[in-house]
Amino acid sequence: MTLDARIPSGPIEQAWDKARFDMKLVNPANKRKHNVIVVGSGLAGASAAASLGELGYRVQCFCFQDSPRRAHSIAAQGGINAAKNYPNDGESIFRLFYDTVKGGDFRAREANVYRLAQNSVRIIDQCVAQGVPFAREYGGSLTNRSFGGAQVSRTFYARGQTGQQLLLGAYQALERQVRAGTVTMTPRTEMLDLIVIDGRARGIVTRNLVTGKLDVHIADAVILATGGYGNVYYLSTNAKGSNTTAIWRAHKRGALFANPCFTQIHPTCIPVSGDYQSKLTLMSESLRNDGRIWVPKKKDDQRSPDQIPEDERDYYLERRYPSFGNLVPRDVASRNAKAVCDEGRGVGKSGLGVYLDFSEAIARVGEKTIRERYGNLFDMYQRITDEDPYKVPMRIYPAIHYTMGGLWVDYHLQSTIPGLFVLGEANFSDHGANRLGASALMQGLSDGYFVIPNTVGHYLATNSFAKADATHAEAQSALAGVRQTTEKLLSIRGKRTVDSFHRELGKITWDYCGMARTAQGLQTAIGKIRALREEYWQNVTVPGSGDDLNQSLEKAGRVADFFELAELMCIDARERNESCGGHFREEYQTEDGEAKRDDANYSYVAAWGYRGAGQAPELTKEPLEFHHVHPSQRSYK
Amino acid sequence: MKLTLKIWRQKNSSTPGAFVRYAVDNVDPEMSMLECLDVLNETIIERGEEPVAFEHDCREGICGSCGFMINGVAHGPERATTACQLSMRHFHDGQELTLEPWRARAFPLLKDLVVDRSALDHIIQAGGYISVSTGQAPEGNTIPVGKEIADRAMDAAACIGCGACVAACPNASAVLFTGAKIAHLGLLPQGQPERDRRALNMVAQMDAEAFGNCTSIGECTAACPKEIPLEVIAILNRHSLQANCKQREDLLPLIPPVAG
Ligand SMILES: Cc1cc2nc3c(=O)[nH]c(=O)nc-3n(C[C@H](O)[C@H](O)[C@H](O)COP(=O)(O)OP(=O)(O)OC[C@H]3O[C@@H](n4cnc5c(N)ncnc54)[C@H](O)[C@@H]3O)c2cc1C
Ligand code: SF4
Ligand code: FES
Repeated sequence: MTLDARIPSGPIEQAWDKARFDMKLVNPANKRKHNVIVVGSGLAGASAAASLGELGYRVQCFCFQDSPRRAHSIAAQGGINAAKNYPNDGESIFRLFYDTVKGGDFRAREANVYRLAQNSVRIIDQCVAQGVPFAREYGGSLTNRSFGGAQVSRTFYARGQTGQQLLLGAYQALERQVRAGTVTMTPRTEMLDLIVIDGRARGIVTRNLVTGKLDVHIADAVILATGGYGNVYYLSTNAKGSNTTAIWRAHKRGALFANPCFTQIHPTCIPVSGDYQSKLTLMSESLRNDGRIWVPKKKDDQRSPDQIPEDERDYYLERRYPSFGNLVPRDVASRNAKAVCDEGRGVGKSGLGVYLDFSEAIARVGEKTIRERYGNLFDMYQRITDEDPYKVPMRIYPAIHYTMGGLWVDYHLQSTIPGLFVLGEANFSDHGANRLGASALMQGLSDGYFVIPNTVGHYLATNSFAKADATHAEAQSALAGVRQTTEKLLSIRGKRTVDSFHRELGKITWDYCGMARTAQGLQTAIGKIRALREEYWQNVTVPGSGDDLNQSLEKAGRVADFFELAELMCIDARERNESCGGHFREEYQTEDGEAKRDDANYSYVAAWGYRGAGQAPELTKEPLEFHHVHPSQRSYK
Repeated sequence: MKLTLKIWRQKNSSTPGAFVRYAVDNVDPEMSMLECLDVLNETIIERGEEPVAFEHDCREGICGSCGFMINGVAHGPERATTACQLSMRHFHDGQELTLEPWRARAFPLLKDLVVDRSALDHIIQAGGYISVSTGQAPEGNTIPVGKEIADRAMDAAACIGCGACVAACPNASAVLFTGAKIAHLGLLPQGQPERDRRALNMVAQMDAEAFGNCTSIGECTAACPKEIPLEVIAILNRHSLQANCKQREDLLPLIPPVAG
């Protein structure tokens, strides 16, 4: 198989304009004749569904929560990037593009990233017009901050609730279309399979999470905006319901899965406190603007932080990376935290933690200013840990946060199945091997507001659609398959709960395919995952029935897919014999422990094809070419 | 520590429900309320029974999924805290906690602690937005918004749509939720063109759902995990009163409320 990414020829600055001009348009009167399915109502899905509805398409949108407003995007805290250059500090579209390609460690597609940087500007305009209450200066203009390793202030924010406010903007636009009759919103519904007819995506099979009813929905195009798969690790900063099911089932129907092992570990999360822990809480990385990260110089230092004098503290990021200091990118910050903890210098009960200390910032700008900047984050920290971060340094540790991998898409955001489009975190995206802070919100909204309304239109205008309905043989066989899996899960009645399997799977994945990986460890992990998966299908217990609200059954289906995905992640990580971004292979590092990329051999997107249960997946490579940002070893010294 | 959880169990809306007592022996004070339910559910599942259904997603107090009454208080005893963020250190060994779903006619029960809150979405559909389609926006800085206004709008916009205000209100009124959206959009310059219509449409839809009326008791704001101030109700009243007074015959037709 060869992959055609459909990147427009010519200068990158004009690529998107040219692509749009070359696209065929759907006549306004014909738009309402096309129906489009959007699965997911996060930033990517809600913005896509609303925008397509506004254009006049008939849209059916699905989400598994009780309301589209609750999608995981709601939890994003820190902000959204845009190349507005309001602060006059040297920002430009090219710089945002450049930083994102470099930050992604040269594993993203240049043309996509350039378009993202271009669209960023209009996203802010759109959100402001919707009434998103971004932070303002006294004079009334929009204010910015620097975020997560950026040397310009390009991040827009709404207190510590940027994701919430952006999502509510998109949700409100969506609900407006619901009332206008262009969008039908179906919450509490989970997509469980993709229907492919004559080689094209034509519908989905869903389960009503309240009544258990399975349904077939047919459309002319299907858009998946179902978010990331960080919960494969069990413990992550993702919402509990975030899962891989939609994209995994599409993968099994023929969509290639790209770079599955590229996962992002966020350096600033609240450390694990016990076995019952159900998720990890992120402390926004904006905290690194004012907080200083340190550990004691001595091993196993049991003194409380205020008893450790200045010269016995190791501000290890400031020491190792003098020009970026505490603002190095996420992967670098995370790996360094792991390294100092592995040396035995970690803090807190478990020894898996480092200090994030605000005392100097409080002395410099006053507690009031710090409260204004981070008040809600400090409150959240105190609520969870019962410690007051205005007085005692926070304890933080890295946690799984974001997945750069996802379904492979071309420049039109179309997967390898024609008519199946993938947006937001669910695609393999524009972030290469490492995502910069405040750029996922930007990507989700760029995909949904500004890319997909064009590219779906082109697809619809250039194809004809044979009549199909729920009685079609492909639809019926997909439906039967879903019914069979559901019945199977309910019939095992073994001894272990779904969560206990999920925890164990998560631990294997974290230990061997987490912050540091080795070929041998990955091999071990593959064996362990297979064995555990086998046990799962013999010994899991799912109480209740398939005909009502059954949360164990929902989880059971998702964990079954996580098992298969975890194996592919390990295969991908083992195959990539280099370190890049969030993918750190211990065998490939420089003398001072930095990631060592291998551009000669690995400058490609690894896109995996499904070949059936128990079969080795098939690798197809999309070579990456860099014409504008010359690949260099990242250096944040 | 050991706790007894007395939990409302109900299979679905057509089967009657009842309280069931469960002993949970291994409660860690660091756990959240929902983690405590997870631990209980694991033991229930291992016995082959159906676990307690409860809604949750973010577990960070922002998605608005979670929420039930804990000893008669929506989201439990801690100020400005959702059930998912409520730490068990606020309870003591041997205590009994009563957990029951939001009780309101507008929120039909689905199972155990799970209710249907789609009435809140209907209120937003009626006008909780600024009608600006993708692509129509002017440059972001062309509309200055004073910091005080932006901050007040943000205070109101912080609502997570959990429904605790309705559950806490003896009248089961949704006026705090509705007022929060009317205030958020109605305070901003971008929201002015539709201010009157928004207030009229949203209030009409609120009335069409099975919510009760506001009699200024104030339980809503006390229960609200985001501390949405009572002021938003005053703003709702002001905007809808002004809109009613200004009604002209040539006013664009209002959106007829959908059946709740
Ligand atoms: C704690 C936290 C903080 C973050 N902060 C930032 C930040 O400051 N800046 C930034 O840029 N990024 C941030 N991110 C990342 C960012 O929030 C996400 O990458 C982004 O919101 C994902 O949006 P999405 O629309 O792709 O998916 P999501 O918001 O995850 O939405 C997925 C949707 O798909 C639906 N869905 C999923 N599976 C199915 C199925 N099978 N059937 C039906 N529906 C389904 C869900 O119901 C949901 O509606 C943060 C992430 C976390 C975890
Ligand atoms: S006003 Fe408060 S209590 Fe009511 S829905 Fe909003 S956040 Fe919940
Ligand atoms: S689970 Fe999201 S607010 Fe509680």
